[in-house]
Amino acid sequence: MTRFASPGSEGSVVSYQPRYDHWIGGEYIPPARGRYFENPTPVNGQPFTEIARGTAEDVERALDAAHAAAPAWGRTAPAERASVLLKIADRMEQNLEALAVAESWENGKPVRETLAADIPLAIDHFRYFAGAIRAQEGSLSEIDHDTVAYHFHEPLGVVAQIIPWNFPILMATWKLAPALAAGNAVVLKPAEQTPASIHLWMSLVADLLPPGVVNIVNGFGVEAGKPLASNSRVAKVAFTGETTTGRLIMQYASENLIPVTLELGGKSPNIFFDDVSATDDDFLDKALEGFTMFALNQGEVCTCPSRALVQDGHYEAFMDAAVARTEKIAQGHPLDTDTMIGAQASNDQLEKILSYLDIGRQEGARVRTGGSRAELGGELEGGYYVEPTIFEGGNHMRVFQEEIFGPVVAVTRFSDFDDAIGIANDTLYGLGAGVWTRDGSTAYRAGRAIQAGRVWTNCYHAYPAHAAFGGYKQSGIGRETHKMMLDHYQQTKNLLVSYSPKKLGFF
Amino acid sequence: MDRIALTPAAAELIRQLRAEHGPLMFHQSGGCCDGSAPMCYPLGEFRTGGSDVLLGELEVDGVEEPVGFWMSASQFERWAHTHLTVDVVPGRGSGFSLEAPEGVRFLIRSRLLDDAAS
Repeated sequence: MTRFASPGSEGSVVSYQPRYDHWIGGEYIPPARGRYFENPTPVNGQPFTEIARGTAEDVERALDAAHAAAPAWGRTAPAERASVLLKIADRMEQNLEALAVAESWENGKPVRETLAADIPLAIDHFRYFAGAIRAQEGSLSEIDHDTVAYHFHEPLGVVAQIIPWNFPILMATWKLAPALAAGNAVVLKPAEQTPASIHLWMSLVADLLPPGVVNIVNGFGVEAGKPLASNSRVAKVAFTGETTTGRLIMQYASENLIPVTLELGGKSPNIFFDDVSATDDDFLDKALEGFTMFALNQGEVCTCPSRALVQDGHYEAFMDAAVARTEKIAQGHPLDTDTMIGAQASNDQLEKILSYLDIGRQEGARVRTGGSRAELGGELEGGYYVEPTIFEGGNHMRVFQEEIFGPVVAVTRFSDFDDAIGIANDTLYGLGAGVWTRDGSTAYRAGRAIQAGRVWTNCYHAYPAHAAFGGYKQSGIGRETHKMMLDHYQQTKNLLVSYSPKKLGFF
Repeated sequence: MDRIALTPAAAELIRQLRAEHGPLMFHQSGGCCDGSAPMCYPLGEFRTGGSDVLLGELEVDGVEEPVGFWMSASQFERWAHTHLTVDVVPGRGSGFSLEAPEGVRFLIRSRLLDDAAS
């Protein structure tokens, strides 16, 4: 076991500054109205830095900087942009531990996840888009012997990105890497719950980016997010969050006639067919881990496998083993490498989860394990901790239909294939899903029948670059983590060229 | 039928936001991050349409007009059996909702409607 020292304390691998202004045009700029807000760590609820409270004036200033930088950045050779992304990745790799500890401290997630997943994935993501932009080709169409249509990719210009708080650095990377690779300048607004770690990232890579190519404006959604998302000077808005704000962003985008990409969450089914328990072997062990993935990142994942569908034939045995596996989850200090589940990201998130534990019980769902706030005491007093919780009930219950965004799974049983698919698709969302079976044909048919953008088959919660990620139904628009995301940050320029010297003969 | 209510703390916050921002509305969000929570906007900021349901008009002492509480119709189908109470808790961040800069957050508490009511 390793226990990392808290950022800023003696022996820590990383320190936050006491205050962060906006990062605009390659330098720190105080907020126009001079206001700041405190940023607490969920580990113990205590503030550790303060953050600029941005407003429309700051957004305009950032857009000025982005528009000044965009033309030259958009004209750089793909090789040059790829080189910048590769250097960013290298710099992050050299500072992996510092970024991981910083991210854990700000978000409350266990450092073993940031060390092994969040930051390595972010590093690889920059490398992937460095490669993707080098390999991207335009096309040409031969219309006839003397007429050719050339298709070029061109950047959109200046884009807005609004980042969620559940994976602050990784989610920023999902959006930044393709946008920068494609040649855009960015104004990025981090979540107000996790506004600081992206500044730590910027402090590591600032010298690699031309001033104004990436600008960070902090603040609250209504004060800074809205003036950014509704601004007529942005060419596209990328947002990860929830449905009502997603609709509002589309509404603003409609006023400006610009595209959006949205990722709005899910209520992902994780389906375990009878044959999973046919043998007590590595595969069954893997499937039980797949069930327990609902607790990854404290359940604060848009694709949290928050509904488990378990077939009748092995239901009792599988659930006994699943409860036992869940009860082995070690909850504790997020900076301890043995900790498997840390703190929820904010007090209101904690309160929302507790309100769902309440309505779940009222609706008659049975608590198999957990079901309460975890009071860890000591130095974790005041932090936002929840016990990993398993409900059993029916798919009509609200705990089966709404994203709780906590370490809570709602389990129900199914009889056969059609029953499983019926329950799986009885949801407003369609982001992720899991299918577990030893039968390749069943796996294939289930994967194709589930209405979701990503169906993990005999695995869960893997997020490699080069596999497209995005939603069906109310889960959003667009596909991230794949080269197809480049299209969401590019225009198509068609040159339609005649090589014939002969007139048409109309005039 | 009464489907929606306010705690005294939520009513007080609405009075405060009304004084600062003018007439208000709510739209219940679904989905991840700040979702599954009510969003409070200046009236008309969020465009409701045929895909939304008006759950109720909240009467608040000291506020002239009732405050509409909306939800998407598809979401309402799955919530219709529960009564909702808008509460407020200390918190940080809530999409573009008006209360976030005050360091608080609207929150829904739910109870089952009895069979006759639902």
